[in-house]
Amino acid sequence: MIQAITEMMSHAFIQRAVLVGSLVSLCAALLGVSLVLKRYSMIGDGLSHVGFGILSIATAFGFSSPLYIAIPGVTIFAIILLKIGNNSKIKSDSAIALISSSALAIGVAVTSITTGLNTDVCNFMFGSILAMSISDVYLSIIVSIIVAILFIIYYRKLFIITFDEDFAKASGLKAKRYTNLIAILTALIIVVGMRMMGTMLISSIIIFPALTSMRLFKSFKKVIISSGIISVVSFLVGIYMSYIYNISTGATIVIVNLVLFVIFTILDKIIHE
Amino acid sequence: MKDIIQLKDVCFSYPTKKDTLKHININVKQGTFTCIVGENGSGKSTLLKCILGLNKGYTGEIKKEKIIGYLPQKNEIQTNFPASIEEVILSGTISNNMRSIFYKKEDKENAEAIMRELEVYDIRKKCFADLSGGQQQRVLIARALCATKKIIILDEPTNGLDPSIAKQIYELLDKLKKEMKITVLMVSHDIERALNYADEVIEIINGEVKFIGKPSEFKKGGAK
Repeated sequence: MIQAITEMMSHAFIQRAVLVGSLVSLCAALLGVSLVLKRYSMIGDGLSHVGFGILSIATAFGFSSPLYIAIPGVTIFAIILLKIGNNSKIKSDSAIALISSSALAIGVAVTSITTGLNTDVCNFMFGSILAMSISDVYLSIIVSIIVAILFIIYYRKLFIITFDEDFAKASGLKAKRYTNLIAILTALIIVVGMRMMGTMLISSIIIFPALTSMRLFKSFKKVIISSGIISVVSFLVGIYMSYIYNISTGATIVIVNLVLFVIFTILDKIIHE
Repeated sequence: MKDIIQLKDVCFSYPTKKDTLKHININVKQGTFTCIVGENGSGKSTLLKCILGLNKGYTGEIKKEKIIGYLPQKNEIQTNFPASIEEVILSGTISNNMRSIFYKKEDKENAEAIMRELEVYDIRKKCFADLSGGQQQRVLIARALCATKKIIILDEPTNGLDPSIAKQIYELLDKLKKEMKITVLMVSHDIERALNYADEVIEIINGEVKFIGKPSEFKKGGAK
């Protein structure tokens, strides 16, 4: 096994993938805890579809690095989706479903007219961490580091906003500012994460580690730390298995996450009986 | 005694419900235990939310403290939330230092003192969601005290509690008022018990103030 790992890591493109993937997985898991607890999980899913729409359109118009267009685009939608959740006549889950399926449909339609459903589009759907361009790699690393730093700086406020928004407001905290921050950070991670996991699978690395950790841990800090570890471990195991058995990387990562979730659920049952 | 909260001619309408609050004029004196009573849908909670700044778009004038220790009604998110009691209580100190990344030493000491005072220090590592309803309220009162020692506002804190536990919560609030000079403002529809502890009663019916005064006067005239 050690030999296989050394061989795998001798490729420069895999080294890059491991670095980017670990960072993105870590950030997705950190944000995931707040998103799951605030019942915002579906927003992650919705945003990834919006991301697909924007990436497809940008590709169709011939942008060589569509991520630079997708990041601001998805960020705007993230804020819109949160606003809809707060006050609207359409229930937020149906609103998200409407927006996400529309974005997906527009993306597919645009690509069918222009380039056709080529590998680029397929990569956006199911991810292709090993095929990332150098510029995408750098962008993803920078974005992940920014997200991680902001998360640490605002950790205390994110906790209080997640746990009890009304109390936070009564204490003089600008709650709206921090829910928008959560939305923006999520948008950033979703766009860079889509390169590795794909539209269809990105929301799993946001949701799974948080849910898995919550089976066993009962304090916010422990859940955050455990989610980060679970997410990075799942990614590393996933990319190794996908290399050895030649399975799609994104799919393997989700399956490893699923296995860990089942193991933690069983452990929870054993411990609490 | 100084007024800690003043409302002058406050009106509020929801988009779907007009005139939820009609020309409310009330003053809450510092160091008192004030109880707002009224039936469900009378506008009590709406009034609290206006005072707290959670409801925007009211007309009239509200003077209040910048930081208020608030105990909201039980929210659904908290039922399965992984948070230790210590984390919940410590988070109340956030208003004292918004800027720094970590909790300061004095905040931790302050929180520890409050935890000991409210007898939740020994269970501080436990999960908030696993506590009984009464214990959860104690923890949330502790958190409110971390935010401020001037005024706490409570929205139906004894809802769903056993009568004996509810009595303990009232006694705790009474003690905070007497020993720490904290102003207590609460909304309740448990009128009878509230009257035993309150210094002042405000009755709201259909968005209007129907009675303000001492509990003894309320018992004579206002009670139905």
